[in-house]
Amino acid sequence: MSFLKINVIKSLFLLSILAFSLNVFSAPHGDELYGRYCSSCHGKDGKGGVGVPLALHSFINSVSDEYLVKTIRHGRPGRIMPAFLSLSDAQVSAIVGHVRGWSDAPAPAEDTTVVKGNAEHGEKLFASHCVQCHGEAGMGGKGTGVTFSRKRELPIIAPALNNTGFLAAASDVMIRDTITLGREGTPMTSMLVAGLSEEDIDDIVSYIRSFEKTAAELEQTLNGAGSESPVIIVDSPYGLDETVENLKQAITDQNFTLIRTDFLEHGLVEEGKENKKQVVLHFCNFGFLFQALSLDPRVGMFLPCRVTVVEKDGKVKISTINPKRLSKLFNNHELDEYCEEMYEAYITLLEDAIL
Amino acid sequence: MRTMRHYFLVLVFFCCTAPHVHADDLLMVRTQQAFPEAMLALQTSIREHGYKVTRVQRIDIGLTGMGYKTDKYRVVFVGKPAEIQYLVNKYPALAAYMPPQISIFAEQGETVLVTANPMIYSEMIEDDADKILFRRWESDVYSVFDDIRAAED
Repeated sequence: MSFLKINVIKSLFLLSILAFSLNVFSAPHGDELYGRYCSSCHGKDGKGGVGVPLALHSFINSVSDEYLVKTIRHGRPGRIMPAFLSLSDAQVSAIVGHVRGWSDAPAPAEDTTVVKGNAEHGEKLFASHCVQCHGEAGMGGKGTGVTFSRKRELPIIAPALNNTGFLAAASDVMIRDTITLGREGTPMTSMLVAGLSEEDIDDIVSYIRSFEKTAAELEQTLNGAGSESPVIIVDSPYGLDETVENLKQAITDQNFTLIRTDFLEHGLVEEGKENKKQVVLHFCNFGFLFQALSLDPRVGMFLPCRVTVVEKDGKVKISTINPKRLSKLFNNHELDEYCEEMYEAYITLLEDAIL
Repeated sequence: MRTMRHYFLVLVFFCCTAPHVHADDLLMVRTQQAFPEAMLALQTSIREHGYKVTRVQRIDIGLTGMGYKTDKYRVVFVGKPAEIQYLVNKYPALAAYMPPQISIFAEQGETVLVTANPMIYSEMIEDDADKILFRRWESDVYSVFDDIRAAED
């Protein structure tokens, strides 16, 4: 080992430590962080779109910093808003500071007083006053907010009140105040004005809080997909060419349209110099594609469907993405059923090809 | 030799544990640029970061006839030849995801770009040293998306 090489490695090492330290100790910029992590859903100026319009005064002036922090940390499982677990406390705080800047009013203090009401009575009131927007058992409004899946003129989709993220973030007092005052600029009207008494509203708060018992169970079901392997892979008993032909036949038999077959290295290396032992088949079912994109346009990043065949050391393997694992990426449980269906289609396809 | 290994291991440790934030498994950016300008900014930035655009796939053919709201939906395949070849050769299971894709679609005068966080590929490989590659890809995606945001100003 030459003296020069050791010095280069030492320098690299010191530079990485320096970069690490700068990353840790430099003050985070809320506007930059917001731009990077929040603006694509909540809008550059907090006017909403996919996510809640954070700059709406009836919203920002009624929620505490703690609510915002907990919302960033917990997200809304299954409802698009991800949990930002890897941001530091300082970064989360900087984002909250940036959002808070859209209003001159001071942040309301978090009040953790437990509201005590009659949950049974609250359930009846919920059925008559809240279900229409917030859904049965607080499942939330239809559509999870991703564009195209709802009418754009609606400013906000009624939140899922049985969501673990919401229940962890919202205090009883915040829920009570929202029911009492409503949210100007959204479909949420004041229930006090609508004729409910303060006691009635406390009863609804207690009913909403009772969702905590079932919410955790629901989230566990949603998290199940996280344990799935990201890839479906099978060994083919056939040679590469025969496997590819079998797949083409299986694709047609499964009512998909074969779009094209090319080498994995297509476009990566000069034409003609691709590794001929790595083949990709692209195919589609347009009806299926339409359904998926209508639910969540982001799924296009795994479309069109493709199956990859790789021959290495004389063995042929067929692999595809695992839609069940990928459904977790989107945090949109309206997609789960579609991904399950897609998973079954891939499995059938692969099984047919290696029969 | 031992000294070098020692420094290398510490370097790997710092690269793997550095708090380079990633929001979640999905990376997104929305730009107020129209689709053609956003597509141009994307491809320019990809190339400036040393990656190759291997294919631009149309996703929307026939969809508008079914009632879909945009006819501007593309998937851009991106990669560095040597890295893709190395990874697929060492980890054939990764082939299903290679080359990585960025989807780009128009939405009411704006354009949205989405991709999977490359760190999700780490689940499919055993060698920690190779995971650094995905960390760099992740950092590059953020940088490309920052460029696209900056291009709208």
